[in-house]
Amino acid sequence: MILRRAQYELAGRVVGPFLASLDGWKRRKRSPSGTSRTSPFGPPLESVRKLKEIMTAHFFQARYADGAVPVAWVTSGFPVELLRPLGFHTVYPENHAAMCGVQRLVPGLSDAVEAQGYSRDLCSYARADLGSVITGRTPVGRMPRPDLLACCTNICQTVLYWYKALADHFRVPLVIVDTPYVYGKAEPHHVQYVRDQLEELVRVAEKVSGRRAEPEALAEVARKAKEGTDLWAECLATGMSRPAPWTGIDGFFHMAPIVALRGTDVCNSYYRMLRDELRDRAARGIGGLREERYRLLWDNLPIWFAVREVATLLAERGFNFVCTSYTNAWAEAGARIDPRDLIASAADSYTHIILNQDLPNRLGILRRLSRDYQVDGAVLHSDRSCKPYSIGQVDLKDRLASELGIRVLLLEADHSDPRAWSKEQADNRLTAFMEGFA
Amino acid sequence: MTVLAYGVDVGSTTCKAVAVDASGRRVAHRVEPTDPRIEPQVDRVLRSLREETGADGPVGATGYGRKRVPAGRALTEITCHARGAFAATRRGGVLVDMGGQDTKVIRIGPAGDVIDFAMNDKCAAGTGRFLEIILGRLRVPYEEVAEQVGRATRSVPVSSTCTVFAESEVISLVAGGEPLEGILKGLHQALASRVAALARGTAGGGDLFMSGGVALNAAMVGALRDALGRPVQVLPDPQLVGAIGAALSVLPGAA
Repeated sequence: MILRRAQYELAGRVVGPFLASLDGWKRRKRSPSGTSRTSPFGPPLESVRKLKEIMTAHFFQARYADGAVPVAWVTSGFPVELLRPLGFHTVYPENHAAMCGVQRLVPGLSDAVEAQGYSRDLCSYARADLGSVITGRTPVGRMPRPDLLACCTNICQTVLYWYKALADHFRVPLVIVDTPYVYGKAEPHHVQYVRDQLEELVRVAEKVSGRRAEPEALAEVARKAKEGTDLWAECLATGMSRPAPWTGIDGFFHMAPIVALRGTDVCNSYYRMLRDELRDRAARGIGGLREERYRLLWDNLPIWFAVREVATLLAERGFNFVCTSYTNAWAEAGARIDPRDLIASAADSYTHIILNQDLPNRLGILRRLSRDYQVDGAVLHSDRSCKPYSIGQVDLKDRLASELGIRVLLLEADHSDPRAWSKEQADNRLTAFMEGFA
Repeated sequence: MTVLAYGVDVGSTTCKAVAVDASGRRVAHRVEPTDPRIEPQVDRVLRSLREETGADGPVGATGYGRKRVPAGRALTEITCHARGAFAATRRGGVLVDMGGQDTKVIRIGPAGDVIDFAMNDKCAAGTGRFLEIILGRLRVPYEEVAEQVGRATRSVPVSSTCTVFAESEVISLVAGGEPLEGILKGLHQALASRVAALARGTAGGGDLFMSGGVALNAAMVGALRDALGRPVQVLPDPQLVGAIGAALSVLPGAA
């Protein structure tokens, strides 16, 4: 146990950062200039190096986590703040699945899952994760075995069955936090219902970790999580400048710490650095694109395996995604967190995640983002894998177009399964969409 | 002949090319099945058009093969069909373009601009290819379809809108002794209902126009009119609308 713990600390503090810097050095050696002269993108962000270092260290450390510290696998919308004071190393299967998506590993992982009888119509994140569990294949070397599975239904109902399958596989406790869907505004008894479950979660997590959740520790994590969320919101808000100092696509990658490391000092110091760099770029007029002609909003998850491809096609004609409803979700979730009462405020906060809200509320968010970021158009990614995010987009499209007078495109794809992607057809739609602006 | 611009529409099924004069009027055209070797075909077709007109001019290109057209300005079919349609009608409305691989519904503004569009997604149901495959299976020549559908005394419903499933469904209907004309009518209705759903999602007011090779099939036009419950005006030479729009996009002074 002591040896495992030492190994874990060494992996996170020394070896992980060293590997990341080695990787960064190799990359710089390959392309010394950063961006090519023909690239439509502006100079790359300096913070990227730090981001890679943090995330490499995080995943590298994860390899040595089981046996050293308690390990929890959690959904992206889970109130992870309640687990941190108990010393859990948290693993995000969705985050991991997104990495599988970027590296186009999902078809192979999905085959393994489909061979066990799962449907291809299941979310590609679920297929990637279960496929990785079955085959042991992962882009991060090794995923640590969980001691606790923690799932919150505020993002979808799929996670319920996905985590039940994981619980069945690993034979470890599963905590389910059920969040009633919000029509208009959450009723007090809904929030109370979630709060009761969070209190039970703490009891289970204490048992699994063998530690007690001290009120001061909870308050401290809550304070950090709230601060991290606010810093992330400040990073995103720099996109309101003209030109936006980065692209929404950058945001998809830079959101990793606020998802996976929320409530930690590492997360907050990173976003302080990123925010300062973005503000500096904005002040000096350095854009995410060399030439920003039109500003767009992106709705839904990214198309991980084609994220660069789509962004480049648009960037070549001066179209930049200056805001996305997806990255914005992490700027809002923690905003309601109150360090004075973490459990009560987390219940309220995590019930109001965008995916747990009805269509009028979602329209309100898109409308607000469109106005704040002064967009000329919007691309709504109709994600085959994410039904809760995609349902209602035809109406959202019509309302955004008629109320705000902007051009809106519905683009069919999938967040991580390239088999649901038809490049030529997607290019054709995006190009026709852009031709409409001329 | 004062030819000022050429337009090429390299579609999934046919390759169309036109020459237009200064007023945007079509003065010559070519239509042939698309060859997998796009560059030599486009080169040959344009050369033959230039020989006929005796004039040179810029080339606008559209269709799936547009990027393979040498020295052409490439624009999507959405933009080109809208331009071609507006040149023919001089007013806004809703355009349904049914081609071999795509069916598009385009909302055109009063000034000829594209306001919105929708397309079938990653599925050949609702396209010309759907008809082509099933008519091939039934051994019905394209030219005789409208007449056969017109003779049908009743329609045999074809429930599947998936081309592959519809093909096997049609085979079982034939095997079950259903009349061929009725099956053809049912097929057109199934196809029209799919296009109508796409059109209703995008539609606005104004007239409804139709372009693309499938608009040459009167049975399809009729089925679409019935499905939408409003008149459908087929544009003149519907198959050439995209190529004309492409030519207009490079016509000096027309932009």
